[in-house]
Amino acid sequence: MGELRTEEMLLNVGPQHPSTHGVFRLVVKVDGETITECIPVIGYLHRGTEKLAEDLTYTQIIPYTDRLDYLASMLNNYALVQAVEELMDIKVPERAEYIRVIVMELNRIASHLVWWGTGLLDLGAISPFLFAFRDREYIVDMLNEISGGRLTYNYMRVGGVKWDAPAGWVDKVRKFVPYFREKIKEYHTLVTGNEIFVARVKGLGIYDAQTAIDYGLTGPNLRGSNFKYDLRKNAPYSIYDRFEFEIPTGETGDVYDRYMVRMEELEQSLNILEQAVASFPEEGEIMAKVPKVLRGPKDAEVYTRMEASKGELGVHIVSNGKDKPYRLKLRRPSFVNLQILPDILTGRSMADIPPIFGAIDIVLGEVDA
Amino acid sequence: MFGILDQQFSWLNFTILALAAVALLLVVLLFVMYAIYFERKVIGWMQLRKGPNRTGPWGLFQTVADVLKLLIKEDVVPKKVDRFLFLIAPIISFTPSFMVIAAIPFTENLYFTDINVGLLYYGAISSLSITGILLGGWASNNKYSIMGGMRSVAQMISYEVPLIMSFLGIVLMTGSLNLRDIVHAQIDSGIWFIFPQFIGFVVFLIAGNAELNRTPFDLPEAENELVAGYFVEYSGFRFAFFMLTEYVYTFALSSLMVTLFLGGWDAPFGLTFIPPIVWFALKFLLLVFYLFWARATFPRVKIQQLMEFAWKGLIPVALFNVMLTAVLKTLGIF
Repeated sequence: MGELRTEEMLLNVGPQHPSTHGVFRLVVKVDGETITECIPVIGYLHRGTEKLAEDLTYTQIIPYTDRLDYLASMLNNYALVQAVEELMDIKVPERAEYIRVIVMELNRIASHLVWWGTGLLDLGAISPFLFAFRDREYIVDMLNEISGGRLTYNYMRVGGVKWDAPAGWVDKVRKFVPYFREKIKEYHTLVTGNEIFVARVKGLGIYDAQTAIDYGLTGPNLRGSNFKYDLRKNAPYSIYDRFEFEIPTGETGDVYDRYMVRMEELEQSLNILEQAVASFPEEGEIMAKVPKVLRGPKDAEVYTRMEASKGELGVHIVSNGKDKPYRLKLRRPSFVNLQILPDILTGRSMADIPPIFGAIDIVLGEVDA
Repeated sequence: MFGILDQQFSWLNFTILALAAVALLLVVLLFVMYAIYFERKVIGWMQLRKGPNRTGPWGLFQTVADVLKLLIKEDVVPKKVDRFLFLIAPIISFTPSFMVIAAIPFTENLYFTDINVGLLYYGAISSLSITGILLGGWASNNKYSIMGGMRSVAQMISYEVPLIMSFLGIVLMTGSLNLRDIVHAQIDSGIWFIFPQFIGFVVFLIAGNAELNRTPFDLPEAENELVAGYFVEYSGFRFAFFMLTEYVYTFALSSLMVTLFLGGWDAPFGLTFIPPIVWFALKFLLLVFYLFWARATFPRVKIQQLMEFAWKGLIPVALFNVMLTAVLKTLGIF
């Protein structure tokens, strides 16, 4: 009998494939079930946000940022208003800062919950998804109450926030913290200790801290490789320097570590929420005094960054003295983090696509902008 | 049934048998419909949902509506498929699943055939379904479906070995392949085989789960990798056939498990006032519930891990069980 003839097969995973969560396409060359080559194809959701922003006033850009990482709109809102505030040197009232931190941390939890639910859905476990969405619903309700939106909040303004926290809202957040602490335990019993889950993600998609830095990875993707880097601590913005919290890191930099980092981040967000709610100012302004028409200074440039749920979200604004930016550049963590995908996917099997891809945690709105 | 098969052939006998077969088919179909409903309800409750509750009282007609919809759907045959194979694959897959039920004794008197090699018959016939799955995956001319088909075949062939081996222990103990004899042996000794053959039971449960392609062993249709696996290109009633195969096997395998390990229709604790068929159904539902429960709990394993587990884990354990039983039998303990 002669040698068995095998052939490599070109497979299009996406743009309409159940595990790509949106319009992401992955062209993979498979030999049997082993991936020999993989090319990510992006851009199906490109809307030209950066270019559009050049024709919009600073306030008008805010709703566009909602649609970048639509799972964490509050954080995107903040990234933009932070840059504009720095550009125009606006001081934000304390109460507004507190509200901002609370909604951002709530939104971070919500974003991680979607990652947790859908990531496990991709591994074939269907229940975690519904558990995650049950608890996310509490957060979405709270954010809805304060901003009027469930997903695209358009809540922050240059100089503060749009609406004050309604009566009793802070109490709701206070009650949510212990409730959710219990639920995290439930998540761990359901998933983290599961033999099959551990077998599927341990030792998968390993890269060390140096590789992660070379690729420009940030957020849990970097911290999973045992590198302590979190802008909330390393370059504190807003009022994050007032709170005590840990930066969780992983050991080996595999998918399991990235999973554990995110799970631990849920706890840390709760810690921040707890402290923020405890020291929440009773009264105060929610908007700084800002001119009716916001004009940037002439020939000024500003780059600010913040820790979004996916990594470092940076905003670069070039102003030429008009009420619109001359150029707006967004450093989108999902887009940067995605670069490492071919590197860690090549040589693995088809069945490893969902866990590896899921652990990077991207949102296509942010990748394609 | 009622000894008809032992009698001389006559058209009357033939008609009775055919009618009985149709009746059984209807019972099975009814089971499938309500198994799906039951599954959706159970998993719904486990996942903080309500499950189907719109069609009819408590959503009881939901699956009926679903099946009707599948039946009246356009029969799409993609252009580039191998037409003949594509059309017959679902039938090849389904027929054996229904054939195996004939060998299962539901109560003392309710059974179709009393073959002496019932267990062997079950194992042999049920393997035939794989052909249909492979053909379907191959004929669809789709990369995802061929991968799903190959996975199915690798998985089902691997798990058939521990599955068959797991009931070798029982065969050793009873000295019979006849399913009725096996139940009688359990009734006579008063001990269900789940106790002396506990290792066998566990192996059977796991291998059976894999054989049914159910979570955590549902790789052939791993939605997130392979979209739907071997039946990607199928729709309408051909798709329904594949689904039906799966659920009929759930029915058959759970029944077999009840027969082999849980004493068949035997009433425990002397509760004989409850009719045997009810006992059978109760034990059977318990196993079916287990399968649904697993689905709501576990993530999916990887194909490499799955094969490793079969050859390096289950088969040695099953072999050990056979040896242990043989030794104990020789020593006269069993």
